[in-house]
Amino acid sequence: MKPGLLLRVFALALLIVLLVAPQAFRDFFALFVRPTQPPIYTQGNLLDITLSHLMIVAIAIGLSTMVAVSLAILVTRPFGAEFLPLSRAIANVGQTFPPVAVLALAVPMLGFGTAPTLVALFLYGLLPIFENTLTGLTTLPEDVMEASRGVGMTGWQRLTQVELPLALPIILAGIRLSTVIALATATIGSTVAARTLGEVIIAGLTTGNTAFVLQGGLIVGVLAVLIYDSLSALEKWLARRTGRLTRADA
Amino acid sequence: MIEIDSIVKTYEGVPVVDAVSMTIQPHTICAVVGTSGSGKTTLLRMINRLVTPTSGTIRIDGEDIRGIRPYELRRRIGYAIQGHGLFPHWTVAQNIGAVPRLLKWSKADISARINELLELFQLDPSQYRDRFPSELSGGQQQRVGVARALAARPNILLMDEPFGALDPVIRAKAQEDLVAIQQRFGTTVVLVTHDMEEAIYLGHNIAVMDAGKLLQFAPPKQVIGRPATPFVQELIGTSERPFRLLSLSKIADHLEDGDADGDPLPATATLRDAYSELLWSGRSAAPVEKDGRLVGRVSLDALARLAARPQ
Amino acid sequence: MSVTSASPSHDRPHWLALDRLGVLITLILLSSFLLPFALFRANRILLGDGLPLLASMQPVAASVLLLALAFGVGAALLRLPALIKLAAGFGVLTILFIAMGLSAETLMPADNNYARVSPAAGFWVLVFGLALLVTDALTRLRLGPWTRIGILLGVCGAFWALLWSGLWNELSILKEYANRAPAFWNEARTHLLLAFGSVAIAAIVGIPLGILCYRVRPVRAALLNILNIVQTIPSIALFGLLIAPLAWVAANVPGAKASGISGIGVAPAVVALFAYSLLPIVSNTVVGLLGVSAPAVDAARGMGMTWLQRLVQVELPLAFPVILTGIRIVLVQNIGLTTIAALIGGGGFGVFVFQGIGQTAMDLVLLGAVPTVVLAFAAAVVLDAFVELTSRGGRRA
Repeated sequence: MKPGLLLRVFALALLIVLLVAPQAFRDFFALFVRPTQPPIYTQGNLLDITLSHLMIVAIAIGLSTMVAVSLAILVTRPFGAEFLPLSRAIANVGQTFPPVAVLALAVPMLGFGTAPTLVALFLYGLLPIFENTLTGLTTLPEDVMEASRGVGMTGWQRLTQVELPLALPIILAGIRLSTVIALATATIGSTVAARTLGEVIIAGLTTGNTAFVLQGGLIVGVLAVLIYDSLSALEKWLARRTGRLTRADA
Repeated sequence: MIEIDSIVKTYEGVPVVDAVSMTIQPHTICAVVGTSGSGKTTLLRMINRLVTPTSGTIRIDGEDIRGIRPYELRRRIGYAIQGHGLFPHWTVAQNIGAVPRLLKWSKADISARINELLELFQLDPSQYRDRFPSELSGGQQQRVGVARALAARPNILLMDEPFGALDPVIRAKAQEDLVAIQQRFGTTVVLVTHDMEEAIYLGHNIAVMDAGKLLQFAPPKQVIGRPATPFVQELIGTSERPFRLLSLSKIADHLEDGDADGDPLPATATLRDAYSELLWSGRSAAPVEKDGRLVGRVSLDALARLAARPQ
Repeated sequence: MSVTSASPSHDRPHWLALDRLGVLITLILLSSFLLPFALFRANRILLGDGLPLLASMQPVAASVLLLALAFGVGAALLRLPALIKLAAGFGVLTILFIAMGLSAETLMPADNNYARVSPAAGFWVLVFGLALLVTDALTRLRLGPWTRIGILLGVCGAFWALLWSGLWNELSILKEYANRAPAFWNEARTHLLLAFGSVAIAAIVGIPLGILCYRVRPVRAALLNILNIVQTIPSIALFGLLIAPLAWVAANVPGAKASGISGIGVAPAVVALFAYSLLPIVSNTVVGLLGVSAPAVDAARGMGMTWLQRLVQVELPLAFPVILTGIRIVLVQNIGLTTIAALIGGGGFGVFVFQGIGQTAMDLVLLGAVPTVVLAFAAAVVLDAFVELTSRGGRRA
């Protein structure tokens, strides 16, 4: 994994320099613009925009996780079993909705700004997490579940000590999927006036400034890949710990 | 003592366990034998209330188990299943300590108990305590599974095909261990198996079930010699009967005076082993040794008499 | 498994018993009365006034709708056969959609082309509640693939009839459509071309790549990792990152510009959509081939098939449903992603979405978003049905 690690460190370093000292790349980005155009985005502090972007994603996915995991727990208990097939169908149908459409449809209800972006990210984020939590909680090895009842655990103890820990890698895979989608959708969110890295790209597209597009694209791309990569690593580590293989890539 | 009193379990009107009554004496092993779908596992799972009976009662030491909360009942009863059911995210030590922890034992007590059990099952605590189940062999996993079931010193141990997933050599060892442990702690064991040979080897009593009904409940000798129904007879295997009978006793219990030629046989071997050895070596009798001394002999004639249907 | 073994058996399946989901649906339907049913605006970008159901249409229409809704609540609450619930759900939905059209006809002032009437939150909540009823009934019916496609066609036909009849002509979204009908069909064509075209190219390239990954282990890890990274990059960033290289190609490769390649427009859109499509197709091909039962492959080898014969006659047919699932994922994903292509001048329904956002004209946003959602949904239903059809023949043989 040596070259892999090197690549990761390099990507992280590139990201930090792009955010903290974008002027260092002035000559590189100047290659892509006409002499009259500014090569470096200065209409806002890139670091601030990135933090705002990450904050929106973190809040939305945090809420999605709480709600989706709770719902999945509810429909896998005996009293909620009646809702299980329907909730599965809704999660299936819901995921055919394009995330951009969810964002666009949130605007008429909530107006412009961060709110529709947050709501769209939250709503769309629910689905993969809910679906994965369901998968995790309904495919637990049967002998282990039998044993957890056999040793005399109460329902709550079974849930917290056995079911959730064992389902955790799969739940995390859902969170990772939701996070990647949210990072991308948040970028589009700048078209509805949310403060995200999309504004750098859009500014480039509207003024024909390829350097801006490149800067925004690089930052978002590297950010997404690094976040995806760390979540995958966390998942693998957990899966190894719990002796359960991930079905993350299925 | 476990008293099962006309217990019935029906699923959608179909009886899976049909009016079964039996009393399992304390400090004995009761082997429940039957084909798949005979209701044997359901019967076992009703004892720790993993399955709720449709009607009938089960009493443990005179107490109706319906009066005990299911999870409290289960903490008092050991439970070992096929495929061991170890928690894959917990270490060996955490797995074995599961029930004591649920019972809120002190940390020190739990730790001591874990070491004691690991040593009992010939697993070096310093080496195995912190391993995860996926890092153990099949036989080791099975031993940890039984150790977990015994952790809180239950008076009763329920076992559902506990050796089903093991290969023959390891299974024989595991069966021996079980006998030794049962004798040492005096645990009452109820063991479900589809293997008549295992039932005969382990059980003080054998309960034969078919289609939800209890066909026969008796000591092995009687089940072999006086099968209650043609089905029981079939389960034992007609041509196997004499050998099964021989496998019930040790040479030590049927020693003859006198001497014979050739290598001695150990007194702890079963009569079946002796019979096999005599046929193979072409002798009509062999000397028997115990603790390094010759103590008598065993002969084909005597074995043939013992293998005949008991009167 | 823990659920099924612990779930209580319903010993009295009497139709009079309350349906728990029905209670939820009823609450949703009732809550819609707290929200406005229709929205009236003096022109397309102003904020409007929400009108309650009773104020939105003629008393006769309103009472028919209320009656229908009461009927729907009854069907939801009782434990009726799923088929009856399905019929009730579709029936009430039809009446609701007709009522919405009538409402627009009632509310639109005569000879005023600037005013707009659109469905408001209450209407959408009603649609959601009834859709739950329909979805639940469909889930319980466990319909076969052909029946599902049939129902989809039926629903599409009903919508077409509704639009063709002119009942909805006074609704805001159709006003927007009327103003730009030629552009709409133009963008629709572009959208379909981009989404389906990129999937087609990806399938042509991806399936052989998948076979290669299946046969050559070292390639597998490397290629899948790279594709994974591509898939992770947010779409607009990938669209943007392709602008510079493609502009360079257009400027420096002879003939490239003439064949339509340029930094913005269709070219980066197709390239990006293609790149996104590769991972699911390649990885599903690998997974499908790996999942072919070993005895079947062994038997094929044992009877003396060459590797090509094995591949074509045994492995690919058995892996086909999984590969098709990959194509389903990609198609649904690309129909959505194509919307974003509008930002780099690629066209498609996204043009209306982003124009609408720019002009704060929400009806225009809907004109772009609704067809995209419908398209994605229809593609999912049809391909899911195909996956089921092919796996029936292949896996159970």
